[in-house]
Amino acid sequence: MIEDINFNRLKVNGIKVNYFYICHRKLWLFDRKITMEDKSDKVLLGALLHMDSYERERQKEVLIDNLISIDILDGVNIKEVKYSDKMEKADKMQVLYYLYYLKNLGIEKQGIINYPKQKKREFIQLTEEAEKELEAVLIEINKILKQEKPPPVIDAAYCQKCAYFEFCYG
Amino acid sequence: MPRNYYINSNGRIRRKENTVYFETEKDGESLKTPLPINDIDTIFIFGEVDINTKAINYLSQYDIPMHFFNYYGYYSGSFLPRKKNVSGSLLVEQVKHHIDDSKRQMLAISFIEGAVHHILRNLRKSGISVENFQNIEKDLLPKIFETKTIEELMAIEGNIREHYYQLFNTVIKNKDFFIEKREKRPPTNPINALISFGNSIMYNTVLTEIYRTQLDPTISYLHSPQEKRFSLSLDIAEIFKPFIIDPLIFNLIKTGQITIDDFDKDLNYTYLNENGRKKFLKAYEERLSKTVKHRRLKRNVSYRQLIRLECYKLIKHLIGDEIYKPFKAWW
Repeated sequence: MIEDINFNRLKVNGIKVNYFYICHRKLWLFDRKITMEDKSDKVLLGALLHMDSYERERQKEVLIDNLISIDILDGVNIKEVKYSDKMEKADKMQVLYYLYYLKNLGIEKQGIINYPKQKKREFIQLTEEAEKELEAVLIEINKILKQEKPPPVIDAAYCQKCAYFEFCYG
Repeated sequence: MPRNYYINSNGRIRRKENTVYFETEKDGESLKTPLPINDIDTIFIFGEVDINTKAINYLSQYDIPMHFFNYYGYYSGSFLPRKKNVSGSLLVEQVKHHIDDSKRQMLAISFIEGAVHHILRNLRKSGISVENFQNIEKDLLPKIFETKTIEELMAIEGNIREHYYQLFNTVIKNKDFFIEKREKRPPTNPINALISFGNSIMYNTVLTEIYRTQLDPTISYLHSPQEKRFSLSLDIAEIFKPFIIDPLIFNLIKTGQITIDDFDKDLNYTYLNENGRKKFLKAYEERLSKTVKHRRLKRNVSYRQLIRLECYKLIKHLIGDEIYKPFKAWW
């Protein structure tokens, strides 16, 4: 258990950790519920993938503390399903955050990210180093969310494919 | 890109399994038209239509609004599915910008600024010589930026519109569609009927776009929220009426696509008949799906998407991100 940071006050949902690594602006907007109702094919595909993958697994979409939602939970592992491996770091940190969250509840697990489209799996283990990074990130996330104005547009190449593209650049 | 569906005939909308059908009878035979759910943006209903809750539930699952009009094409109301994308914090900002007079005035002026830009654009494009509308451009337009109250702003806007509608006659050059002054509820002649019908369709299109964002359609800036309507829709429609509807009307009349025969004679030609309405709506839909290369997005966007982008710009203004500048057609 961490002593010097107040986990209970800082905890956020997993998507926010993911967004922190993708775009601070997206994180801020998402927190204010300014979300993009995206009817794009990509979003639809992602949703279908979630529905159709790993049908045999018993515990799917487990919601913990009304805050973090774990795709699949089995004896030793938590599994996260992702459509593409383009945002590897963000996905990895999201799973690490789940592991860290569970550890704070006294549950030790390991993580797997499944990229069914790429036929690829990544195994994830919580390390001390990762915990340190997450603690720093939780503080950062909370700072960003407290800002009165949204962080600026980041002008990244992947903005083109973001659901917020028309919002940010239009 | 999903599109608007306009139902002009009488019949019934029903869901059968996962398809929505419009069923109608023609010469004793029943016709069944499937409406592909992923292709529907909004349904406009002008005919006498039965619809059951099964169909309504299905349509709302796909976030499809329905707008209803009476026999004369006069707006009755809308069915808006439960809004899933709500943002309390944005609503607070919307209200803050309403109750602060200077913040409200700034937005109200912007909407008129956008409207006047398109009014002048229409006149220029119609070949009206500059001296005929110099007073709007040189005299009245600058004045709107000095206004301190909504009433002052509305008064100047009224003056601009009066001049503008006078010039309609020079643009249209058709005695059947002579306009003396703008009269609504009910319109008193064919040209007023066209303007009223077009504006009301525009208002509903804007409402659909607002509905798709987190904006609350009842909190407005130029119009008073006390109006018995979704007044933010009226605000944003100001910019798009002269951009979308007026050129459409000019074109339909000048090319002879719409004539006096397209109006209901029994009612002194003050309402479009079904045939006229169909022609109008077809042209409207074509114009909404027209595209232009967006300078900032560097993508093609349809005229309809420009309305959505306008909503986004307003949100960005409200959350302190980027100051709102009204859309002004740049081509």
